[in-house]
Amino acid sequence: MNTTTHLDPSLPESGKTLSTLRQIGKTPSLLIGIIMFAILILLALFIPYLSPYQPSEQNLSAFLQPPSSAHWLGTDQLGRDLFTRLLYAARTDLTIMILAEIIPFCTGVMLGMISGYYGKWTDRIISLITDTFIAFPFYLIVIIVAFASGAGERGIYITFILVGWIVFARVVRGLSASFRKQEWIASAQTLGLPGIRIILRHLLPNVLPQAVVVLMTDMIGLLVAIVTLGYLGIGIAPPTPDWGTMISDGQPFITTAWWLSAVPGFAVVYTGIALSLLGDGLADIWRKK
Amino acid sequence: MMNSKRTLTGAAGHNGSYKWLILALVRALIVILCVMTAVFFLIRIVPGDPAKMILGEYSTPEALKNMHHTLGLDLSLWEQFIRFVKMLFTQGDTGNSIIVGTSSRELIVERAPVTLLLIGIASILAIVTALLLATVAATHKDKLLDHLIRIIPAITLGMPVFWVGILFILLFSVRLGWFPVGGISEGGLGTLHSLVLPAVTIAFSQIPTLVRSLRAQMLEVLESEFVVTLRAAGIPSRVILFKHVLRNSALPTLMLLGVNISYLIGGTLVVEQVFGIKGIGSLLFTSISNRDFPVIQGIALYCALAVVIISLLIEIISGWLDPRTKENQ
Repeated sequence: MNTTTHLDPSLPESGKTLSTLRQIGKTPSLLIGIIMFAILILLALFIPYLSPYQPSEQNLSAFLQPPSSAHWLGTDQLGRDLFTRLLYAARTDLTIMILAEIIPFCTGVMLGMISGYYGKWTDRIISLITDTFIAFPFYLIVIIVAFASGAGERGIYITFILVGWIVFARVVRGLSASFRKQEWIASAQTLGLPGIRIILRHLLPNVLPQAVVVLMTDMIGLLVAIVTLGYLGIGIAPPTPDWGTMISDGQPFITTAWWLSAVPGFAVVYTGIALSLLGDGLADIWRKK
Repeated sequence: MMNSKRTLTGAAGHNGSYKWLILALVRALIVILCVMTAVFFLIRIVPGDPAKMILGEYSTPEALKNMHHTLGLDLSLWEQFIRFVKMLFTQGDTGNSIIVGTSSRELIVERAPVTLLLIGIASILAIVTALLLATVAATHKDKLLDHLIRIIPAITLGMPVFWVGILFILLFSVRLGWFPVGGISEGGLGTLHSLVLPAVTIAFSQIPTLVRSLRAQMLEVLESEFVVTLRAAGIPSRVILFKHVLRNSALPTLMLLGVNISYLIGGTLVVEQVFGIKGIGSLLFTSISNRDFPVIQGIALYCALAVVIISLLIEIISGWLDPRTKENQ
């Protein structure tokens, strides 16, 4: 676990943006992370204008072609342009990755703060729930829940609403428990402020940085899970391009056209590196404060 | 912070109180009960009628009724739960497979050896490699080697384990021909030979997190007072490293493995699928495509039980070795 950051809750708002920008410039990992992520997002956004092909456009006279000037990354077994499909898949996978984190992040942070701040029985019950969930191997529960709630996007959202909050709850719980013993929380309590107000106004701003750093790493795990479900055939359904189904579609041609499976994987790795750098950079900035 | 002032393990001496042990046991027991309840409700979160999912859209009402009876869905929820718990405690089972007809437990026990062997080999590979890399990184702090090793997690974190498996097959099986492309060869040595590549794949996905935490732990020890004292006393750094630092890292490694065991099992289930190994993973996917609910429940239950029991054992061992970890419980 990283060193806990403790921001002064009374930090003035003015001049914050400028210093933040300056700090981004001084933190190379954050800068590179932002640039890498931005390139991916821009490519995914503008792919309809960049590519002459449609993601599902078949061309059976030009199947399994190696990379060329017409097809930058070659074509798959149905003659679909791999580069085009790769970026349309980025749209699908990245959108789901971001949307699927929203509810788990909020519930996890909230439950973690409640658990850490109140302690005692509240904490014990919430911890028991997390312990129970943690007992199930992540992929086992993801596979079963995704299957049970029906393959496709909806299944992925349901799965992560159910299991995604645990990581955040655990990290935030530890942080909140350590903050609770500090003076500024105690003084807020002696002022007679209600618990929920202390949690939202004073605890939240202090646990949020760490939670956001965890969010970056967690998004990588989520993306890999989305892709894995696609590969196993219980994720995003075939006509929609997705990196996971692209890898599994390419697997039978591993001896002749290995790039069909390799390239979508590299896209996942690229996204992972970008998010890792973002997370590390943010952690660095917040540690310095 | 797990342990800010770690010194020699076991130095705190014998702790007469066994309260922590009882607490750990009680907590594990409660978690096991919760796991059982969760597995029971697993089948009930399925939208729609599970019997209809098994039999298909155009099943006769009579067949549906029979299926309801087989699954016990004609009873009230409470009665179903009692029946489920009773079966678990008397037979350790979650019911007969709908497709094969035999007990789920037997099906799982039949497939377990390969999966366990795979997990075992993968864990050993992961620990040895991670300890090696972490030692190199920690002793070369902020030098080139350290930076290189620290980059690894950032790159590998986003690697889907099944994709790594495919690339390994491409490289080591297809191109180099060192290993079979998939499945398990005959005989003891053949089995081991076929398990090398899948085990390396699983270990590969575990190593980054292990290295990251171990490096931090080792640095803490290396920079702690007692190592500084040993250095000041003129003891050569190699001796310090092997006699003191590595020994002090054994416990955190063990605890980390406890945390990771759940990922290890989950990863193994997926990797089995890539390499066509007929273990618990392939049983899970066959059962999923057959809608064989009792077997799915059984797999979920046994995997979760394994995680809880292994974590408990590790907790007990570390409590025994280092009384200070108990304070964190």
